[in-house]
Amino acid sequence: MSFPLLTATAALPAIGAIATAAVPAARRTAAKWLALLVSLATLALAIVVLVRFDPDGDRYQLTESHAWIKEFGVRYELGVDGIGVALLALTALLIPFIILAGWHDADPLETGNKRWRPTQGFFALILAVEAMVIISFEATDVFLFYIFFEAMLIPMYFLIGGFGDRAHEHGEEAASTQRSYAAVKFLLYNLVGGLIMLAAVIGLYVVAGNFSLQAIAEARANGSLHMATSTERWLFLGFFFAFAVKAPLWPLHTWLPNAMGEATAPVAVLITAVVDKVGTFAMLRYCLQLFPEASKWATPAILVLALISIIYGALLAVGQRDIKRLVAYASISHFGFIILGIFAMTSQGQSGATLYMVNHGISTAALMLVAGFLISRRGSRLIADYGGVQKVAPVLAGTFLIGGLATLSLPGLAPFVSEFLVLVGTFARYPAIGIIATFGIVLAALYVLVLYQRTMTGPVKPEVSTMPDLRARELVVVTPLIILLIFLGVYPKPVTDIVNPAVKSTLSDVHKKDPQPEVEAAK
Amino acid sequence: MSAAAVHSLWTTAADPISKIDAPKIEYGQLSPTLIILGAAIVGVLVEAFVPRKSRYYAQVFVSAVALCAAFAAVVALAADGYGTTKARIAAMGAIAVDGPALFLQGTILLVGLVGLFTFAERRLDPEAHGNRVDSFAAQAASVPGSDSEKAAVKAGFTTTEVFPLLLFAVAGMLVFPSANDLLTLFIALEVFSLPLYLMCALARRNRLMSQEAAVKYFLLGAFASAFTLFGIALLYGYAGSVSYATIAQVVDGTVTDVDPALADTMGNDALLLIGAAMIVMGLLFKVGAVPFHMWTPDVYQGAPTPVTGFMAAATKVAAFGALLRLLYVVLPGLRWDWRPVMWAVAIVTMLGGAIVAITQTDIKRLLAYSSIAHAGFILAGVIATTPDGVSSVLFYLAAYSFVTVGAFAVVTLVRDAGGEATHLSKWAGLGRRSPLVAAVFAVFLLAFAGIPLTSGFSGKFAVFKAAAEGGAAPLVVVGVISSAIAAFFYIRVIVLMFFSEPRPDGPTVAVPSPLTMTTIGVGVAVTLVLGVAPQYFLDLANQAGVFVR
Repeated sequence: MSFPLLTATAALPAIGAIATAAVPAARRTAAKWLALLVSLATLALAIVVLVRFDPDGDRYQLTESHAWIKEFGVRYELGVDGIGVALLALTALLIPFIILAGWHDADPLETGNKRWRPTQGFFALILAVEAMVIISFEATDVFLFYIFFEAMLIPMYFLIGGFGDRAHEHGEEAASTQRSYAAVKFLLYNLVGGLIMLAAVIGLYVVAGNFSLQAIAEARANGSLHMATSTERWLFLGFFFAFAVKAPLWPLHTWLPNAMGEATAPVAVLITAVVDKVGTFAMLRYCLQLFPEASKWATPAILVLALISIIYGALLAVGQRDIKRLVAYASISHFGFIILGIFAMTSQGQSGATLYMVNHGISTAALMLVAGFLISRRGSRLIADYGGVQKVAPVLAGTFLIGGLATLSLPGLAPFVSEFLVLVGTFARYPAIGIIATFGIVLAALYVLVLYQRTMTGPVKPEVSTMPDLRARELVVVTPLIILLIFLGVYPKPVTDIVNPAVKSTLSDVHKKDPQPEVEAAK
Repeated sequence: MSAAAVHSLWTTAADPISKIDAPKIEYGQLSPTLIILGAAIVGVLVEAFVPRKSRYYAQVFVSAVALCAAFAAVVALAADGYGTTKARIAAMGAIAVDGPALFLQGTILLVGLVGLFTFAERRLDPEAHGNRVDSFAAQAASVPGSDSEKAAVKAGFTTTEVFPLLLFAVAGMLVFPSANDLLTLFIALEVFSLPLYLMCALARRNRLMSQEAAVKYFLLGAFASAFTLFGIALLYGYAGSVSYATIAQVVDGTVTDVDPALADTMGNDALLLIGAAMIVMGLLFKVGAVPFHMWTPDVYQGAPTPVTGFMAAATKVAAFGALLRLLYVVLPGLRWDWRPVMWAVAIVTMLGGAIVAITQTDIKRLLAYSSIAHAGFILAGVIATTPDGVSSVLFYLAAYSFVTVGAFAVVTLVRDAGGEATHLSKWAGLGRRSPLVAAVFAVFLLAFAGIPLTSGFSGKFAVFKAAAEGGAAPLVVVGVISSAIAAFFYIRVIVLMFFSEPRPDGPTVAVPSPLTMTTIGVGVAVTLVLGVAPQYFLDLANQAGVFVR
């Protein structure tokens, strides 16, 4: 038996989480370094996975399969396709930056209490989330996926509710109330989604008799597993609902601005750049593969919802007074693009959507983490409290601008490629929807540039005048992200090469071919 | 007409009595129950003869040994194949020895054992006049607040009678799910109910509330018992027998020889339906299903917490066992009649328990309503009427009972000057003061909520899967909706413990003796093992899922 590489990528952060949690209260710094080293080792393992993965090989690679719960027909089955491997790499890549950016976020205010170990808890929870996200990208058994899809809510919930920004414009009491409100809202939305999915998971078992993604997809493809149309549609809706909450898709998005607003910036990045990707990933992998007919049936409605997400998210982002909530609404708009790309059912659209997931992760991380550094200096999330920052902290302002420009998909930076692909893919099949979606880009320019203008330019506000520029630790966080944004903007081929074959096979599952060019059709 | 001829109008001559057959009792197969009953009687004798100072130790020793020995007997019987191939009916048709019976008996005995540890805990309450005290009243008969109570406390009296009472209750619970005729069922019901009523009244703190709880429980319980008994009478009228197998045959219509004495009533469907409904009502009362749940919150809140934990876990196991046997062995021929009713009961139980729990402000009442919601989930598995349904219910009961005992054991630790601090507001910030206790309680709450990787999820998945396969998909949908509602209030407690500021006058967490630690440790271990690797136990439940007829 070969080395269980995929298990190792998930097991390493899981063990690291336990080890970090066990570090004694006084050795806080050791816990931080331990967590960082574990996340770097996980990244190394993820790179090994990336290298070992052959884009033109089998659809699922590095597979592992063991009996687990026979009574439920559940097997411990792992395997990655191109989409999974790209997101696995993204997750492993972002976690070290998240840990480094949150280095001081969880230092205890009082050090007298020997039992209270928030720092250890914070980093252990981040690693626990990483382990669960990674295994849900790797699982090829629906039940296994479901377990971790659902279980990751718990550490996430503690991260949102337990740790917030140090300073708050309404004082500590109000901050604590709003935090626990945000955490509960996050958990309830996602738990309801997950429980409805549970009903669908059980329904799938009753229909199919097992949980193996490959076995069910194969049986559906060769016709040996027949589902009644209504059954398939109900099951599809059960799955899609959970993923749409997680992604989040309008009108199930309202938990995201609360959660991202109240959480610390690194945790906000963890939510939107890592955890939410599981939702869009699962749409591609589970909704399309298991329920191809129902997916096509639901496509018009989902496209409209995605379109509303794009425009609505962007409009609300323009109106925000709070930096973090602005980024949250921008993310809702971007998730609209990703879902649009997935359900446009063209190879450009889906490749673009997958690429978008990766790029959005990196660009949001850059923007949000710099925003977090900014907020930690001034102790306020309100845009109006800033002004003229670029004069006192030029490097901070510059990196913030690059993160922002990436968010508005400036050509030359990575998100442009993916947004372009999504729009091209959508135009090919639904020109009207493509045209409306384009307005999202215009609005993106508005909210990013206005944000930059109000915070970074203009006269220097007195409270801002003593603001220090980025420190070494912060530069270590931001620089690699910016390099990646530029590199993937100029040369996205490494990612598209991995993703494209997987997208092709997903499309063939739903029996969709790319539409022929217009000229040929006119003949 | 001769006198003899006249006499023969209303009498018939019986055969002359030559001999009475001694009943054949399979002592080996009944050994778990017999061991517990024997130990209970030894416990009574200990009360009578052992000096006051050493009674506590003698009682704890006897009870623990008896529970362990009985569990060993259950394991030996199961290993012998009595759960599967050698399943049989023992004691002249009164007791079934089969898979479900042994599985549930084993569960009840283990729950009884960890429950016993919380009963025996004497480090939580501060010492009274230099004596270590447990959760039970110094002298149950003394009026609360009276001089005689004070004198009893001062003299260091303790109610060590709880240990034999516990054993009697366990013995009744062992018989309840294995009863194979209606009379045995009723006797078992009374044998375990009466000690529970008593134990509910024995709290050391808040004695008036405890006594009120006991009276409520007793009155409502007696009412339910009366229903059951009436139902038994009607079923006897219908079938001419109290034996499960015979009744089942009459229901199926395979019995044709009508008992002349019952010629008018036998086979009358009205008797069957009303009688069956009344018996089922009595059992639903014991499991705490809506609309027979009214006693649950008051009794759970008033009873001493160790008793609540034991009662919540073990009664549910025993009563669901009896309900399963009744519905699957006696009334399968009637399933088209009882299934719609049970559907309705399951739906209102799941939703009712979950919705009302939201407004609770006392942790024990909250757990009471949560137990009602769980009864609804288990009913969903009962309704499946498939072998999978049986094994899923068995598994759920085992998983749920350990979480319950563990959760109530944690409740006993959180105390302030007035004893246990059960009001939810006092739990604010507990996670900051005692992270370990709060984390353990959070694990139990997550298990109640059915979050994956805990036993609650495995159990819930098992019953919902069985229900869906049994054609009850709408029930599954209602089930997940009420799970979502229920999750809300479990989460609320977690928020309170971890995200709220501790109150300056907040409770302290008492450091328990190894006894309670063992109870809580076992609870956590079972919760996690059944969540992560439930395979072995699911297998066990699956093998045990066949009733003997």
